Amino acid sequence: MELFHISGGSGSRRGRRIAAVAALAASVALVATGCAGSGDATSTDSAGGDSPGSIVFLPKQLNNPYTDVVLGGGDTAAGEIGFSASTLGPLEASASAQVPFIEQATQEGANVIVIAANDPDAVGPSLKQAREAGAKIVAFDSDTNPDFRDVFVSQVVAKDVGLVQLEMISKQLGAEGGDIAILSATATATNQNEWIKYIEDELASNPDYANINLVTTVYGDDDADKSFKEAQGLLQSYPNLKGIISPTTVGIAAAAKYLSTSDYKGKVALTGLGLPNEMREFVKDGTVTEFALWDPAQLGYVAAYAGQALLDGTITGAEGDTFTAGDLGEKTVGADGIIVVGPPTKFNADNIDDYDF
Amino acid sequence: MTTTTVLSEKTPAHERRNPVAAFVRQREIPVAAALVALVLITFAINPLFLSPQSVKDLLLNATIMIILAVGQALVVITRNVDLSIGSIVGLVAFGTGSLFNIAPGMPIPLVFLIGIVFGGLLGAVNGLLVTLAKVPALVITLGTMYIYRGILSTWAGSKQYFSGDNPKEFGNLSVDTFFGFPIITIMAVVVVVVVAVILGFRRGGRDLYAIGSDPDAAKLFGIPTGRRVMAAFIACGALTGLAGILYASRYNSVGALTGSGLELDVVAAVVVGGVAIFGGSGTVVGAAIGAVLLSTITSSLTATRVDKFWQQAIVGVLILAAIVIDRVVSIRNTRKLRVKEARDV
Repeated sequence: MELFHISGGSGSRRGRRIAAVAALAASVALVATGCAGSGDATSTDSAGGDSPGSIVFLPKQLNNPYTDVVLGGGDTAAGEIGFSASTLGPLEASASAQVPFIEQATQEGANVIVIAANDPDAVGPSLKQAREAGAKIVAFDSDTNPDFRDVFVSQVVAKDVGLVQLEMISKQLGAEGGDIAILSATATATNQNEWIKYIEDELASNPDYANINLVTTVYGDDDADKSFKEAQGLLQSYPNLKGIISPTTVGIAAAAKYLSTSDYKGKVALTGLGLPNEMREFVKDGTVTEFALWDPAQLGYVAAYAGQALLDGTITGAEGDTFTAGDLGEKTVGADGIIVVGPPTKFNADNIDDYDF
Repeated sequence: MTTTTVLSEKTPAHERRNPVAAFVRQREIPVAAALVALVLITFAINPLFLSPQSVKDLLLNATIMIILAVGQALVVITRNVDLSIGSIVGLVAFGTGSLFNIAPGMPIPLVFLIGIVFGGLLGAVNGLLVTLAKVPALVITLGTMYIYRGILSTWAGSKQYFSGDNPKEFGNLSVDTFFGFPIITIMAVVVVVVVAVILGFRRGGRDLYAIGSDPDAAKLFGIPTGRRVMAAFIACGALTGLAGILYASRYNSVGALTGSGLELDVVAAVVVGGVAIFGGSGTVVGAAIGAVLLSTITSSLTATRVDKFWQQAIVGVLILAAIVIDRVVSIRNTRKLRVKEARDV
């Protein structure tokens, strides 16, 4: 009787296992389709009926506060020009996630695609298709490979961004210098890698920085939790660490939160690129002395005007072309089709309350 | 505690005679041994790994995972799974930020109560769907995972709450210590002990094992399976809610993406901790140790500067090892039982 009961039990368990495998297969299919659908956050705000064209903004990721400020500037400019503007993008900043959105924009017949690339090459083939369909490509914030776009709107000269961060850390470390580390975004992020390259070159060539020693670069993938743990790991692995540069808004905020609650507060300097609203608390409690950024709204603003100029033929992306970017005045296309918005701004206890973004 | 399958309560007499062997056969022991070895090896490579600040960080990093793993273990023991917990953490964490935004002076215990009840309600939705629809929990909670995340994305948009927006005492909660132990870690240990006692010694807790071992037999035996599974999901949701509040206290910002991807880490911790993925066996103590092990691996690989890629590979190997051990143990138990019963007939 007992024996029968047990074998019956295991038999039905086998049946259930088959059911479980089936359920697993079904759910894998669900996940696969769900993934494609889950990033599908779109917002469209049409600006006027008889519009000169349509502009699509493709940020690195949606629901990111920095991206929002950039897009706010883009929307303002699109409104002034009369473009019908929409924003498409993934919820996660990964290399391949942008591709389906570029394809969608192409199918919808966008005249201008403004993109911040998560990876300079992964988006290439789909941008090529978009151009063949007649779209003008403006890269902003983070460049694609130059072959795939008409112009790149850069916040600031990349070299300046790298150097201003080095200047700040050098000032905060004082005369004796010491070991520093970099907490970056993803290992493939174009803009961060460029700034880091300038920092490395300057450290190697400028005798003023001879006493500063860059020990490592780690990547927090623009994820608050990961960046937080990377900051912990840095301080554990390098007991002599005197400073951290984090050239990404997520990284600097996560590192600041960790430092402000640890024994290292005030002993390890932290600087980089941050949003005033995120960093205000840490500047006031003394964890961070000074950090920098540009006004992100201007970036989106200039990108939209660059799109218009490309579309109506004012510029072609050749060096020396000029166009008027609304209230910000005349902008010039530099070498490699790069348009520079303006110099970075430094934020510290004296001026941080003047900014709200 | 014996190995906690209902079947194995009838452990053969010769095994009972050797308490040392029985102790070593506990599923928690290999996991705990791996944890100790990991800490010692890392300490040997980088002595800073056990500095007071680092120990505090290790405990704090593990705390949220421990609470989540305990909740998940309750559900997994009943042969179910809850994949929506990452989204629940996000909803509760963002809800906590919103509460402080609306009512800055709100007493912290009240915030905890609201968060736990909120999490419990979300868990109850899972429980209801699983028990009424009779569809595997894997599919149901995969659905609610996306639904809850969708609600959060709509609610939060690009809004984020920063630690500066919360009262100072709330942020300090996650770093304050009591005789060197972080307060929230003590909280997690209390949770583990309470749930372990209920699971090990209370009727309702033992019923969960019976349901996980064989749901049909449990029903025939008169166990209210629907009610018990429902209770497990509610408890899981409530504990996840607690974790969500602690998340808001510990990290700098909460927003639409908070907690995403957490569910798989937690299921991994539970499985590594010796809770059988097909239900019926394992303990919350094991799950908690599994959680500490996985979060410590991250820290120790960072402290020894090993490539991040290896971290994921190591977690994968641990999961496979745990599943293989689980299979071997259960096949051996079944065979022993058969032999014993054949002899008794």
